[in-house]
Parts: sequence; structure tokens; C-alpha cells
Amino acid sequence: MTPPARIGPDPPLAILAELTHRCPLRCPYCSNPLELERRGDELDTATWRRVIAEAAELGALQVHFSGGEPTLRDDLEALTEHAAGLGLYTNLITAGVLLDEARVGRLVEAGLDHVQLSIQDVDAAEADRIGGFAGGYARKLEAARWIRAAGLPLTLNAPVHRHNLERLEDIIALAVELGAERLEVAHVQYYGWGLKNRAALIPTRAQLDRATEVVEAARERLKGVIVFDYVVPDYYAQRPKSCMGGWARQFLNITPSGKVLPCHAAETIPELAFERVTERGLAEIWRDSPAFERFRGTGWMPEPCQSCDRREIDWGGCRCQALAITGDAANTDPACGLSPHHAEILALAEAESARADSAFDYRRMARPVTVEA
Amino acid sequence: MTPPGTPPGTPPGTPAGTPAGTPTRAIVEGGSLPRLPRHVKLRFDKARDRWVVLAPERVLMPDETALEVLQRCDGETSVNAIVASLAEAYEAPPEEIREDVSALLQDLADKGFIQL
Repeated sequence: MTPPARIGPDPPLAILAELTHRCPLRCPYCSNPLELERRGDELDTATWRRVIAEAAELGALQVHFSGGEPTLRDDLEALTEHAAGLGLYTNLITAGVLLDEARVGRLVEAGLDHVQLSIQDVDAAEADRIGGFAGGYARKLEAARWIRAAGLPLTLNAPVHRHNLERLEDIIALAVELGAERLEVAHVQYYGWGLKNRAALIPTRAQLDRATEVVEAARERLKGVIVFDYVVPDYYAQRPKSCMGGWARQFLNITPSGKVLPCHAAETIPELAFERVTERGLAEIWRDSPAFERFRGTGWMPEPCQSCDRREIDWGGCRCQALAITGDAANTDPACGLSPHHAEILALAEAESARADSAFDYRRMARPVTVEA
Repeated sequence: MTPPGTPPGTPPGTPAGTPAGTPTRAIVEGGSLPRLPRHVKLRFDKARDRWVVLAPERVLMPDETALEVLQRCDGETSVNAIVASLAEAYEAPPEEIREDVSALLQDLADKGFIQL
């Protein structure tokens, strides 16, 4: 059998469905944009059902239900069942603090395949301070046990930064104790809220090197027990990460109001305009939306990327980081040692990580502007 | 701060030290009965016209050999039987393929794609 002729890009592997930007937690490194979308602008259930069906038709294999906190939507079970019925692999990305045992049971019945649960720290007081939610840590542990008891596989996601890195060994021990199949040790990425709080979060190079040693040793020690996913902060790197596996190559992100983005931070790039699922079909947006085409493939690349033999390995790194550091999203990612801006990013990391701790600027919805009448 | 010696997140009543239920790495043996866990799905994908393995936040595109092995991981067929079946299918001596099949299964088990 020959594959059907296909014009345009390969289909996405996965879609990230941000069902809401509402969240009880206020993590200062949240990957949501600084301008959070409001409840009144969220897509309704029928529209999400249509979009999920379009994603399956387009060839997506997985759907990640995310947020904000997706369990705030009472149609989460219905959407999970719908996606599972279409053959999509369903993943719930949650803070876990709003789950209860009955809801976990309903999600299993709906066909949920996997849960990714975030933790902020293993010291309860610190975890609650970082997440900005009192009592959150205890609720997360309870949620993790319900998830495992229901037979659902669990990935623990631990964003790490200089306030919790010293307890990385304990984070790993917690993942083992909870029976997690996977542990993501994810150094905070500096976009959006993370960028806003970079000076308060960024580790020193010594802390990063120590963390890498801890993860490498644990990966060997726990081989066959836990799968590690290690995301490094590339401020100290020589080569950039393959951000999103390449712009508009494998993933798409749908915001609560239905904007379709190549990555969750893409809205920081002011030159791009994003289309909505309420205006156009997902397949058309994926195929030829100008925002997706802008940095897809290698044609857009400047030197030194254009002639680099790694151009189809790292795909030029991260566009949002290029914008944040160099002021132009079309520049080589400054995390690359070949970027003319590389010295700046390293100097920033070294200067900010050496500073005394500053207060967090917690994630929050902007207050609506009210006019006194 | 967490007091030294107290594993974080330890529920009340859990004895100190290594919990009895700590999982260990499963090693592939001739009698192992590999199977795909409930949360790992081997599926034919029409959009790509190929078999894919769906797992938590990962998609594996198995090559022909890996696919032949994965399709035999039903929880009832032993590694010995998988080797014998592949030897027959490929008209190859079992001793020649045993090492490759075991190494492949061990790698899949370590990555969480199969259970033993």
C-alpha cells in the first residue's frame, strides 16, 4: 500500500488543549502568557468537541488537557471520553489540588490514559509558598495516591529553580515513593511569567551542574523503575534546545479562547497574528497559517543557522528566547554558542543567579479596569 | 526545612528506610511474559500509514523488527516463544536473534513501553 499523497507539512503528533487559564495556584514561572484569558472568553464544550475531532482527523495522536487548571472545567470528563473515542491518547496535565477520588474514578471511566501531576517542592511550606496556595502540597500527595490507586500511570512534573534545587534528591525519592512511572525534572524556562521572575529563579551554574549530576546518577540507579525526562535551562548551554521539536513541526497549542499557536509562548512575538478555531478549520490553520509558516522548516533561518549541520537537529532553537534576549524572534537562539548574542545570555544568567533572592511576582489575572461612575 | 533522615512526603505510619514496596528493575529472561501496560497503545495510524506506539507524552515509531516483537508482547507469549516465532518467520537460527530480541525488550522495558 502506498501512503496517500500529502501536500503540506506532516501532521502534528500532539495538541495541547488549554481548557482554561484559571488556576488556584499562582506559580511565578507559569507557562501561560502574562495576559491570561478570562472565563467568559473560554470555548464551549461543543466547540472543543469539534476541535478535538478536527485534530484527530488531521493526524494528531495525543491530546494533552492542560490549562490553567483543566479540572476547573466540568466538561473535562466529556471531552476526555470524546477524545478517547476518537482514538486519541489522552493526558491530563494538572496541579491536582481540586481532584477528589470520585472525579479520578470518573476520568478513568471516561478513558483517560495518563496524568501528569505538578509538584512545586517536597518541603510542604516551601511548596505552598512557591505555588502561592496554602495546603496545596498535602492535596497533591492525596491526589497522587488516588491516581495510582485507580491504576492510572503517573508522571510527576517538578519545575526546578534555585529555591528547590537543593532538595532534588528528595523530589526523586518522592516520585519513587508515589509509584510514578516518569519524573520530569524541568528547569524553569524563561518566557512569560518565568521571564518576569527570572532574577528570582535562575540557578547558578554550580547549582545546575550539581542538578545534572544528581539526575544522571538517579537515572542510572533507577533504570527500569522511573523514566527521567530532564529539561535543562539553556542559558548555560553551548547549543540550543530543539524547542517544540521545531516550530510548527510536531505540536500545536490551543488557548482557552481558541487561538491556535505553534507553542504556548508564541504570543510573546508581536509580529505574529494567530488564527482562531472559531474562524477557520484546524487543518487549514496547521497547513498555512502565516504564524505557523513564519518559522517552519529551515528557510527562515539566518546565518549561522542556515549553513549549520545541526539546523535540522535543533531547528534554530527557540524563537521566543531569541526575541526575549536579542529583540528579534528571527535571530539565532542566543543559547547557541555561535550566536553573536551568546555572551549576553550567559552574562545575564551569571549576574541574576548571583543576586540576593527577590520576591516573586506571582501569576495573576489582570484586574479588570473599572471606571468610577 | 525537611529534617534529615525523613523522606519527604512520607505518610504517617510509614516506617523509615526503604519501603518494602520499592519497585526494582525487571530483567528480561527467556521465561518472561512481556506485555504492553494498559497505558501503552500499539495502533495503526492511518494518517501516517504506519504503526505507532502511544505512551505518556511520547510517541514511538517502531521499525519493522520492533513492530514484530511488540505485536507478540501479549502477556502470554514468553521471550523464548517470541524468539522461536521470529526465527521461523525470518528463517533464521534462534540463537542468532535471541540477543537482539532480548536487548530490544530490555530497552523497551527500561523505557516503560512494556512490562515483564
